[in-house]
Amino acid sequence: MNGAIEAPTIEYGQLMPMLLVFGAAVVGVLIEALAPRYLRKAIHVPVTLLSLAGAFALIILQAVRDGVPEQASAMGAIAVDGPALFIWGVILVLAFISMLLINDDDQFVAQAAAVPGSPEEEDAVAQGGAHTEVYPLALFAIGGMLLFSSANDLLIMFVALEVMSLPLYLLCGLARRRRLLSQEASVKYFLLGAFSSGFFLYGMALVYGFAGTVDLGGISSALASVGGQDSLLYIGVALLGVGLFFKIGAAPFQAWKPDVYQGAPTPITALMASGTLVAAFGAVLRVFWVALGNLDWDWRPVMWAVAILTMVVGAILAITQTDIKRMLAYSSIAHAGFLLIGVIATGDAEQNSGSLSGILFYLLTYGITTVGAFAVVTMVRDAGGEAGHLSRWAGLGKRSPLLAGIFAFFLLAFAGIPLTSGFFGKYAVFAPAVSGGALGLVVVGVISSAVAAFFYVRVIVLMFFSEPAADGPTVALPSVGTAAVVTIAAAATVVLGVFPQPVLDLADQAASALFIR
Amino acid sequence: MELYLPILVLAVLAGGFAVFSVAIAPFTGPKRWNRAKLDAYECGIDPTPQPVGGGRFPLKYMITAMLFIVFDIEIIFLYPWAVAFDQLGVFGLVEMVLFIATVLVAYAYVWRRKGLDWD
Repeated sequence: MNGAIEAPTIEYGQLMPMLLVFGAAVVGVLIEALAPRYLRKAIHVPVTLLSLAGAFALIILQAVRDGVPEQASAMGAIAVDGPALFIWGVILVLAFISMLLINDDDQFVAQAAAVPGSPEEEDAVAQGGAHTEVYPLALFAIGGMLLFSSANDLLIMFVALEVMSLPLYLLCGLARRRRLLSQEASVKYFLLGAFSSGFFLYGMALVYGFAGTVDLGGISSALASVGGQDSLLYIGVALLGVGLFFKIGAAPFQAWKPDVYQGAPTPITALMASGTLVAAFGAVLRVFWVALGNLDWDWRPVMWAVAILTMVVGAILAITQTDIKRMLAYSSIAHAGFLLIGVIATGDAEQNSGSLSGILFYLLTYGITTVGAFAVVTMVRDAGGEAGHLSRWAGLGKRSPLLAGIFAFFLLAFAGIPLTSGFFGKYAVFAPAVSGGALGLVVVGVISSAVAAFFYVRVIVLMFFSEPAADGPTVALPSVGTAAVVTIAAAATVVLGVFPQPVLDLADQAASALFIR
Repeated sequence: MELYLPILVLAVLAGGFAVFSVAIAPFTGPKRWNRAKLDAYECGIDPTPQPVGGGRFPLKYMITAMLFIVFDIEIIFLYPWAVAFDQLGVFGLVEMVLFIATVLVAYAYVWRRKGLDWD
């Protein structure tokens, strides 16, 4: 009993980007506690943006000066490997530009506890109330995303899943307008998210029962050495899969996505649709490649079915949508399906790093375009807030050609038209998949891309070739932040579509050593 | 299977006790009518009349319960640390100080935002 307990070694240097974001979140809570109401936002904005920028700088410093670590950090709990550094960088870039959108005052509720439409709410609006807690909450969510994508241990992964999700559940309910819809989205997301976390946890327990460890590398080696416990393993893996597929919004676990994306404040939707998706794919890759890589013959058929279903459901249901945010949500589901093709296309080390590099590049291109598209959505408004209904967008190209043009460009990028980043994103995922023997999936992917292109083009036609409605929405003069987001996103979509090689090389380099165990 | 026999016996005993207690109460307990007995149990919200249109209702009990959980978790971590303090050394001390500081931040937030005021 008296054996000395060895102090664990923790590589603080490698974990610094994440610690910085979490630290800034804690500072944010302190600001909420101590700073006077009128100063809070003025302090939050620089703290938040600087911490995200600082974390990004630390990642570059780590990659350039110290190189990519060869061993998992913090006693094997967190793997700061090449893919993790790349994914961290992508998440931080997306979080930074989403944060510029979140800065826009007009998106968040004045008094969340007030009943929608009640006198209390009117009072709070009149007094200019605001929930500046949005900043620390978003930072906690972003920190959770960083941890989720780099967890090398199912237990840490679960903690990260909750740290990422709980603030998002709350943020979803804080939309300034259409309060009931927003609260409905929040409750739906919370209940379904908690339910899927339960699946993940139960799967983790069963896999632990099989392997005797929650360490991803340990599970991988247990696959070869443990015999006769297959049912534990298979049921456990299936349940883990349910939890992870829910987070990426793969069919048949996609039902929450349109409702939540529509109801949540649009800047939060942008953060969820980009950052959460990136982080969740990091976790999916780690679980299915690192822990279950040798089991790929068993999970691949199921993943095929899920990927096909996801692409088809996303592309076909998007056609019938009449709300722009719901349409983008279904588009996000379809894109999750395209990304799953990359997850399936495993093989030898070279094949794996090709697929991984494609996924990394796709995540970046899709994320940036998504934030840009939602930024445009925040700007098209009528009396009741954002003009979500597609019919309201008719003729927008005649009223404000520039904005409509940029939005059309984002839609073309989603569709994967050449000279946009989306084209190279799709190519980077589909090409390794063909060489990895997933030709059938790629065919489905290309067909659903074509179906998806139909409804993207339909919106473009609506914007440019329809007569504007008499009392159509106005395009709000963007705040500096919103204008910056649209500009950055449009620029990135062009640059990555015309001159993608440097970033492709970077993704190749990040993926070359694959995941460490 | 024998390994699980004590658990089974315990479950039967516990279930039997619960059924026995409920079944015996109407015969042995005094029957004194009291309006409070018909109210919902200790949830902090008056069940009737509901505020108009759903309205706002006080969350005092819930906030107290939430704070209890936060500090309860803190204590749960403090106990093993205190017991193994000598062996954990400086590393344990630093980590614990960090942990307590983080909880303190949450405490400061609740305090400043009047979460500890009852009325």
